[in-house]
Amino acid sequence: MNQTASLDLPLPACNPWLAHSVTIDRITPEVAGVSTYHLRFVDPEAARNYRFRPGQFNMLYLPGVGESAISLSADPRGHVTWAHTVRTAGNVTQTLAKLGVGGSLGLRGPFGSCWPLDQAMGKDLILVAGGIGLPPLRPVIYEIAARRDEFASVAVLYGARTPDTLLYQAEYDAWRKAGIDLHLTADMSGAGWNGAVGVVPLLLDRLPLADAARTQVWMCGPEVMLKYTVKSALRRGIPAGNLWLSMERNMQCAIGLCGHCQLGPEFVCRNGPVFPWNRMAPYLDVKGL
Amino acid sequence: MPPWFLEKACLQDLLERLRDRGYAVIGPTISQEAICYDEIHTIDELPRGWTDVQQAGRYRLQRRADESLFGYVVGPHSWKRYLFPPQATLMTADRTDGGWSMQAPVEVPPRYAFLGVRACELAAIRIQDKVFLEGPYVDLVYQARRERCFVVAVNCTQAASTCFCTSMNTGPRCQAGFDLALTELPTGFLVECGSDAGSELLASLPVREPSAEELTAAESAREQAVHQIQRLMDTTNIREDLLTNLNHPRWQEAGERCLSCTNCTMVCPTCFCSSVNEVADLGADHVRRERVWDSCFNLDFSTMNGTPVRNNVASRYRQWLTHKLASWHDQFGSSGCVGCGRCITWCPVGIDLTEEVAAIRGDVR
Ligand SMILES: Cc1cc2nc3c(=O)[nH]c(=O)nc-3n(C[C@H](O)[C@H](O)[C@H](O)COP(=O)(O)OP(=O)(O)OC[C@H]3O[C@@H](n4cnc5c(N)ncnc54)[C@H](O)[C@@H]3O)c2cc1C
Ligand code: SF4
Ligand code: SF4
Repeated sequence: MNQTASLDLPLPACNPWLAHSVTIDRITPEVAGVSTYHLRFVDPEAARNYRFRPGQFNMLYLPGVGESAISLSADPRGHVTWAHTVRTAGNVTQTLAKLGVGGSLGLRGPFGSCWPLDQAMGKDLILVAGGIGLPPLRPVIYEIAARRDEFASVAVLYGARTPDTLLYQAEYDAWRKAGIDLHLTADMSGAGWNGAVGVVPLLLDRLPLADAARTQVWMCGPEVMLKYTVKSALRRGIPAGNLWLSMERNMQCAIGLCGHCQLGPEFVCRNGPVFPWNRMAPYLDVKGL
Repeated sequence: MPPWFLEKACLQDLLERLRDRGYAVIGPTISQEAICYDEIHTIDELPRGWTDVQQAGRYRLQRRADESLFGYVVGPHSWKRYLFPPQATLMTADRTDGGWSMQAPVEVPPRYAFLGVRACELAAIRIQDKVFLEGPYVDLVYQARRERCFVVAVNCTQAASTCFCTSMNTGPRCQAGFDLALTELPTGFLVECGSDAGSELLASLPVREPSAEELTAAESAREQAVHQIQRLMDTTNIREDLLTNLNHPRWQEAGERCLSCTNCTMVCPTCFCSSVNEVADLGADHVRRERVWDSCFNLDFSTMNGTPVRNNVASRYRQWLTHKLASWHDQFGSSGCVGCGRCITWCPVGIDLTEEVAAIRGDVR
């Protein structure tokens, strides 16, 4: 460490803080306040090398405004543009929403853990999502659709506040055709809605299970939704070790160095965002942790 | 390697030999009625003849009866402000015709020589090494400074009432992690060498072999510090005791006293939390991303979707203490506390973590 010989070392080339320049190739308006931005790398080498695993996220950077953690909602087999589905919230996401096609921003990533696809092969899989919790699971849906034979039954349980805020409605037919059993619910009904009304965990309460012991449940959404989904799953006899969830905390660095995303002993950015529920269980019920 | 002896008047040679080698020497000086670390050019800037008197919520300088240069304990500064600077540029972005162009900052990292690093501070540097250098991601700002630094440790020959390094197994004796380590005696310094860079420097200094009396005197000076340490923190099973008591009423009680002022986190030599700010020119065409120290005591620190997760002081105090003493073990394989006592001294309301831990564990047993 302390050697005169090494005083003027060159700085290492790999810098996790350095964003790549990307442009908005296409924008898909999803529902009110939510759009999918298809981002393209400017640097051809970055474009060639970029890969991610379902569940991972990027830091999207709007210079002069700030960075936000945004999950990839893209097809992991894609290789030209990378989809990010973003709900307009505060400064960063509002600035993003004002950029049109061709707009320039920064991207660094991918970061974090991924959904345990390898462990789910040959098993029954239930994906549970609430509201803006679906985008981080969409890469899983793409992946399953491409490798459907490798899984037993696959169900997607998805809910939003109102029917018109359900994301990706244009894709539902394709998912169903690919052999995915899709169940939808809305907290409040609306015109023309003949799906279920109520919170997402109720869908799980009612879902027939072929074999609870070999069923995996992966979930993403508000923490209350996660809590009740876990309760429902455990009640249905699904082993605690088969439950996985994606967590959210304030993030500044995404590399476990800024301290913001801590939840008990975990750095959500680095050890998560996808965690086995067992690891989160001691901390989820503690208020203000 | 046996120790050497450097006459007091020759300490200036040590400074100059370091400066010859291109180091900026950072050492203790008196500033704003406290002993702070700053760049020094001569040994006359050292706090000769001063000591610090510390207790919970209180710090005061006092004249010593002798002319010791290092006759104090620790002040509000720690070396982290040089290795992990309070402000650092992470990246720049410039608007071009082809969109934003992002660049890593170009900097000539400073070469620091630290003079007067205590044993607990060596341990704190070791802990920050684990955080910034030994995880899956390396912090380049820290790494550039750390790899280039030279460490001159100074063994404590006295302790403050707030010190508990013996409980944390970090001191008061400097064991490793230094290039040179000094023990101050009235006439000079016993010098131990801890690295090749240290022996290279030592070879340029007018040192001689110490006498048997000098060796004994240094030993008993160091022993004096051990004997003065009064404060204890029982760390047996501390991780489990804290993490299984997240709803203990004591958190609420501490939260009522704590002002959430962030002092404890700023003075702590291991706290590493930070935030990133955007610094733009007027036209917003040239932007710098600047990392600044942050604190888990700030309300905004945990804000998600416009609402702070830790929305009361008790939850923030609990986050700080459980991170420092419990979850640090999960994350980095050791405690995050080295027992330097700074957070006790600089807490305006005198909250003492050793007392808080004892209170929480008292109910556990
Ligand atoms: C792992 C992860 C994945 C995410 N994926 C998506 C996604 O796919 N789509 C989506 O719309 N949103 C996602 N979010 C939430 C998204 O990061 C926030 O909505 C966004 O940062 C808000 O930024 P803002 O500047 O617009 O809002 P402001 O309220 O102005 O936030 C200011 C800053 O605080 C931080 N911050 C605020 N809210 C959050 C939050 N919920 N999570 C993390 N940091 C926050 C960010 O640094 C943000 O720039 C994800 C969050 C995490 C942690
Ligand atoms: S927690 Fe307090 S005693 Fe421990 S290292 Fe930090 S400042 Fe020193
Ligand atoms: S414990 Fe003391 S120093 Fe720390 S934030 Fe609270 S009042 Fe400030």
